[in-house]
Amino acid sequence: MTELAWIDAALSAARPKAVGALLRYFRDLDQAEEAFQEACLRALKTWPVNGPPRDPAAWLILVGRNVALDDVRRRSKTQVLPPEEILSDLDDAEADLAERLDSAHYRDDVLRLLFICCHPDLPAVQQIALALRIVSGLTVGEIARAFLVGEAAMEQRITRAKSRVAAAAVPFETPGAVERSERLGSVAAMIYLLFNEGYSATGGSAHVRASLCEEAIRLARLLLGLFPGEPEIMGLTALLLFQHARARARLDPDGNIVLLEDQDRALWNRDMIAEGLALVDKALRHRRPGSYQVQAAIAALHARAARPQDTDWAEIDALYATLERLQPSPVVTLNRAVAVAKLRGAEAALAMIEPLADRLSGYFHFFGAKGAFLTQLGRTEEAREAFGRAIALAHTPAEAAHIRLHLDRLMKDSRSA
Amino acid sequence: MLYAVLCYHHEAEVMGWTKAQDEAVLAKRAKVQQKIAAAGKLGPVARLMPTTAATTVRSGREPVVIDGPFAETKEQLLGFYVVDCASLDEAIGFARELGHGETGALEIRPLRHFETGSRAT
Repeated sequence: MTELAWIDAALSAARPKAVGALLRYFRDLDQAEEAFQEACLRALKTWPVNGPPRDPAAWLILVGRNVALDDVRRRSKTQVLPPEEILSDLDDAEADLAERLDSAHYRDDVLRLLFICCHPDLPAVQQIALALRIVSGLTVGEIARAFLVGEAAMEQRITRAKSRVAAAAVPFETPGAVERSERLGSVAAMIYLLFNEGYSATGGSAHVRASLCEEAIRLARLLLGLFPGEPEIMGLTALLLFQHARARARLDPDGNIVLLEDQDRALWNRDMIAEGLALVDKALRHRRPGSYQVQAAIAALHARAARPQDTDWAEIDALYATLERLQPSPVVTLNRAVAVAKLRGAEAALAMIEPLADRLSGYFHFFGAKGAFLTQLGRTEEAREAFGRAIALAHTPAEAAHIRLHLDRLMKDSRSA
Repeated sequence: MLYAVLCYHHEAEVMGWTKAQDEAVLAKRAKVQQKIAAAGKLGPVARLMPTTAATTVRSGREPVVIDGPFAETKEQLLGFYVVDCASLDEAIGFARELGHGETGALEIRPLRHFETGSRAT
């Protein structure tokens, strides 16, 4: 790696803490971001000469703050401190600041930074875009590419989202326990949305989408590092790791969707799976179940099965039943039906999803699953109709192509019958 | 003398490396490892999962199980090597070569007791 790459990695790793602390200091997002930018520029100048500081985040916070103070002094025409002086002073000051910036402080700073992105008035895409811009430090161009919109349009969206957030005035006092846990819940949901945006591949290149998933995992790990005893955050992180571990196996070389049972399990990322399993183990010890933990436990059962036929469908069914209680949703029931089909056959699965028809009438996966169940029951004509609905609802060419494959098979089977 | 070479770094930074960056570091280190392995001086090598996967058991009359790593530090222990070196200078040489072009830190700790254990690999 080049020196620039090292520094770049250090700067982006320090970003959430540094911007979070600068935000508390300035109480203004733009000012905090500017100060951070300025500190980064100075880092690029001094780190190659002096070597990287022991605590890059503390260095950036101190320099960012000083630069801003410097600006104020310059404007008020009082004596300006030469930057060298600031920087040569830094060693002692850094240690002192690092003392005061203990992990508890960082914890609420980073949480606040993530939380302001989760404003309930902001649509999901804007929450995610804001988090990618502010917390992850992606450029507007990068975010625009991920969402397949023009750079100017994305710039406008982010600016609007920022002013909304500023108007909402999230308090800067240290949050109480209840408030902290509410913030944690909103932030976890936003990270989950971000991951899904990358995972569900509603567009954009595979590479760009994968980077959204990686960013979500990075944020989940960041959150877990700050709140190491929260089983739901362990569950969330594990869930994202399990899902992302399958990324290479989910699409074939032509970009077609490969279903779980047809995936080449040798392509699954074993490191991510192992980390996910470790986190699920840790979470279960707390005996405080939550929806992320249950979803992670389901994903863990898939990850543990060496071959599709080794999958513990009975346990998966039971876990989905738990999830239905914790977080009732037709989509959860639809997923449970897939396990039921494996356990008790397509007839039972079909009976389970029939009542969902109204609520899922616009949902691609509903018709995909329905078509598959009907196919298994030999109800070809109805299956064809369901697959037709699915194609009409597909978000991506890959989704549509996948259903067409089912249809082709149906045609072939009915011809040969 | 047996030495443990402990690898410390900012975890968030290392976890933020791209796959290509990570692989480049491992490939570069593998070369240094091969050399010392060929001389029959390389013991166990381990890369640890992130500290978020760690659990700490604090001993006492009532042992307490805590989520997370033992210490909240700026740099985290991310992995280690055990090497057999004739002198501290040689161990320093190994660590220098290992960490060449990287940031982070390598701590050299002489081993007081060492067992290979019973596990096959």
